[in-house]
Amino acid sequence: MRIGFLADLHANREATEACMKALSRAGCKRFVFLGDLIGYGADPAWVVDFVRAQVAAGAVAVQGNHDAALREGAGGALHAEARAAIDWTRARLDDAQRSFLLGLPLAVEDGDRLYVHANAFDPGGWAYVHNALAVERSLAATGCSLTLVGHVHDQALHYTGTAGQPIRFDPVPGVAVPLLASRRWLAVVGSCGQPRDGNPAAACAWLDTAGRRLTFLRVPYDHAGAAAKIRAAGLPETFAARLEGG
Amino acid sequence: MPIKLRPGLVIGGFTVVEPLHEGGMATLWRVTHPDHPIPLLMKLPRIDYGEAASQVVGFEVERMLLPVLSGPHVPRFIAAGDEDDQPWLVMEQVSGQTLKPLLDAAPIAPERVAALGALAALALDDLHRQQVVHLDVKPSNLLLHRAEGGIERIVLIDFGLSRHAQLPDLLAEQFHVPMGTAPYISPEQVLGVRSDPRSDLFALGVTLYHLATGQRPFGFPGSLRGLKRRFYQDPLPPRSLVPDLPRWLQEAILRCLEVDPDARYPTAAQLALDLQHPEQIVLTDRADRMRRDGTLARTRRWWRSLGMEPEKLAARAMTPRAPLIMVALDLKQRDMELDAAIRDTVQRLVATAPGSRLACVTVMRTARIGMDSNLDAEGRNRHVKRLVALRDWARALDLPDHRITFHVLESPDIAEALVEHARGNAIDHLIMGARGMTGVRRLLGSVSARVAAEADCTITVVRSRRAVTEAGGSDAMHGAAPD
Repeated sequence: MRIGFLADLHANREATEACMKALSRAGCKRFVFLGDLIGYGADPAWVVDFVRAQVAAGAVAVQGNHDAALREGAGGALHAEARAAIDWTRARLDDAQRSFLLGLPLAVEDGDRLYVHANAFDPGGWAYVHNALAVERSLAATGCSLTLVGHVHDQALHYTGTAGQPIRFDPVPGVAVPLLASRRWLAVVGSCGQPRDGNPAAACAWLDTAGRRLTFLRVPYDHAGAAAKIRAAGLPETFAARLEGG
Repeated sequence: MPIKLRPGLVIGGFTVVEPLHEGGMATLWRVTHPDHPIPLLMKLPRIDYGEAASQVVGFEVERMLLPVLSGPHVPRFIAAGDEDDQPWLVMEQVSGQTLKPLLDAAPIAPERVAALGALAALALDDLHRQQVVHLDVKPSNLLLHRAEGGIERIVLIDFGLSRHAQLPDLLAEQFHVPMGTAPYISPEQVLGVRSDPRSDLFALGVTLYHLATGQRPFGFPGSLRGLKRRFYQDPLPPRSLVPDLPRWLQEAILRCLEVDPDARYPTAAQLALDLQHPEQIVLTDRADRMRRDGTLARTRRWWRSLGMEPEKLAARAMTPRAPLIMVALDLKQRDMELDAAIRDTVQRLVATAPGSRLACVTVMRTARIGMDSNLDAEGRNRHVKRLVALRDWARALDLPDHRITFHVLESPDIAEALVEHARGNAIDHLIMGARGMTGVRRLLGSVSARVAAEADCTITVVRSRRAVTEAGGSDAMHGAAPD
C-alpha cells in the first residue's frame, strides 16, 4: 500500500492539486493530511471541501494550529499577520467547514505509524520538532516506529542512533529511503502550501508500507497564480511574496 | 538468544542448506527457495559475539543499500527479514573466487594485474555512478566472476562500510574511529571522510600493488598512529621490488596511492581507461622512482598532514565528475566543415570540465567474411596512417598528453564497434558527425542514429550548418565498402 502525505496546505489550491496529482501518479491510494489546511492562502473553502471529501472517502486528517485558531477567541499564539489571515478565512468558511476543521483529531495512530501536526509529546501545544532535543522528546512520547509531522515547513528525516540519540538526515527529493525496522523514524514531510526553504516547489511525501520506503517529493506548481489570488483577495503581500520566493 | 542454524531449517521461506563461511562479522549459509531457482546466499550478522554495535550497523547498512543497487557488478538482492532477534539477508550467490587467493601467488604477471585492475575499476565506476562509495575495497571483496561466453567481470561484495550519497549514513554518526581495513584504508578515510569515491581508488591501488609485488605498500598497521604513517611515508616504488615491472604499471599504481585525492585518478573510469590502454599512459616521475622519498620530503608531508582537516577534504569530495568524452571520426570521408564543427563542440565540452579526458576514435572497416588480417604490413600501415590522421585532427585542440588518447578500432560493423568501445571504456559522452542524406545512407541506414539508439551514454550528433549533399558522400563513419 502506498500512502501520500500532505502537510501545511495553507489554503493553497494550486499546490494541493499538484501534490495530489504527483502522489496519485506515484501510486498512492490512501492520503493523510497532517494539519494546517488553512491560513495564508486564498482558497480555504476549496481546500477544506477537498480534504473533507477525501476524509469521507477514507483519508485521515489531523488538526494544525491554524485550523485550531478558527475557534472564536483563539489565534492569540499566531503572529499578527497570520491572525489577520485567520479572521479573513473565518468569514469565508461556512459552519460545516468550520466544524469539520474544529472537529479534527490532534493525532491518529495507524498501526505502527503516528500522524500528528506538530509533535508527539504535546500535540496541542504546537511546539516545533526543530532541534535534536525536541525530536528526542517526540520519539520518546510514542511507541510507533514512524511518526509523520508537518508544522516545520522544511523536509527532514530524523532517526535514532544505536544509543537512541536522534540523527537528522536531509532527504533528497525523489530518492526512496528504506526505513529500517531496527531504527525509529520521525519524518517532517514539508509544506505543501507554503514552502520556506527558497524553493517554491510544493512539498509532500509518500510511503510504500510493504517495502517500508519513504520518498520525499518537491512538486513544481503554478505558484505565481496562487500568489496572484492572494493579492487579489487583499491578503498581506508577504504571503504572496513567500510563495514566489519559496 | 539468536536462532541456531542447521540444514533443513526454514527462515522466511528459505531452506537452509549448508554453511559456507563463518566470519568474524557474519555467517554465510547456502539457502534455496522454490521461487528463486538461482544459487542463493543467506547472510546473518553475529549478534552474540563481542562488540555488537559496529557489526550490526554494518549489516543494517548492507540491508539498506543492497536493495537499491543494481547491475552486473553487485550481487542481486532477494529478501531480508528478522527471525526472532536474528536479522538475515538473502542475495544471489555469484559464482567465482575473490582475488584473495591470488595474493599467495603474487607477484603475478603485470598484464594480469592491469586486466584485473581494469575490471575492478569498471565495477567501481558502476557503483560510483549509483551514488555509492564502497569504502572497503580489498582482494577479499573483489569477486572474479566468469560470465557466459567466458567474459570476466569483477563483482563487488560486502557493502557493510559503504556510503550512499543520498541515503542516511548509519555509520558516520555512530563511530568516531576510522572505519576500513588497515592495509587498504585511504588517508581521508582515516580522518573520517566517507564521501569521496577516490577513496576506493586508493584501496584498489593497494590491492594492485600487493598483486604486482607480493608486498603491502603500507604494511598492516595495528594502531591509529600506524595508519597515519601513510600520510607522509610513501611506499617503496613497485619497480624497486619487481625490477621488470613495466613503468606504466608503476605510474598507475602510485597515482592511485597519492595521499591527496586530487592527485589520484579523478574517476574509476579514467583508471580503467588507462589500464585497458597501457601504451597510452603518460609517464611522469612516478614511473621512474626506484626508492622512497628522502627525509626532507617526508618531513614536509608530515607537517602538511597535521593541517589536514576532514571538513575541507569532505567538501572537495563533492567536486563534479570528470567525464570521459569520446569523439568518433570518419577518416575516409573527410569533410572540412564537419571536422571543424566536431572540433568546436569537443573544444567547448573539454573546456568546461577540466578533469575530463578525450578519447579520439576511428573505425577501420574490415570485411565481414574473409581474411582481413591486421598483422600484415599493409594493415599496419593503414592503422598507423589513421593514428597520424587522428592526432592531426586533435592538434588544434591543444590538449595536454594526459588528457587525450587515440584509438583505431577494426570492425565490419562501425556502429557496433563505437557502441562497444564506449561501453567497455565507461564513456560518458560520445560526439560524432552526421552527414546529409545520401544514397549510401539511404541504403545502409545512419550510423549516428544507430549509435544514438544503442549506446548507453550521452550522444551528440554534430552537423555542419552548410548542407552537404555532394554526390558520392556518405553517412559519417560508414565509409565505403572495404577496399
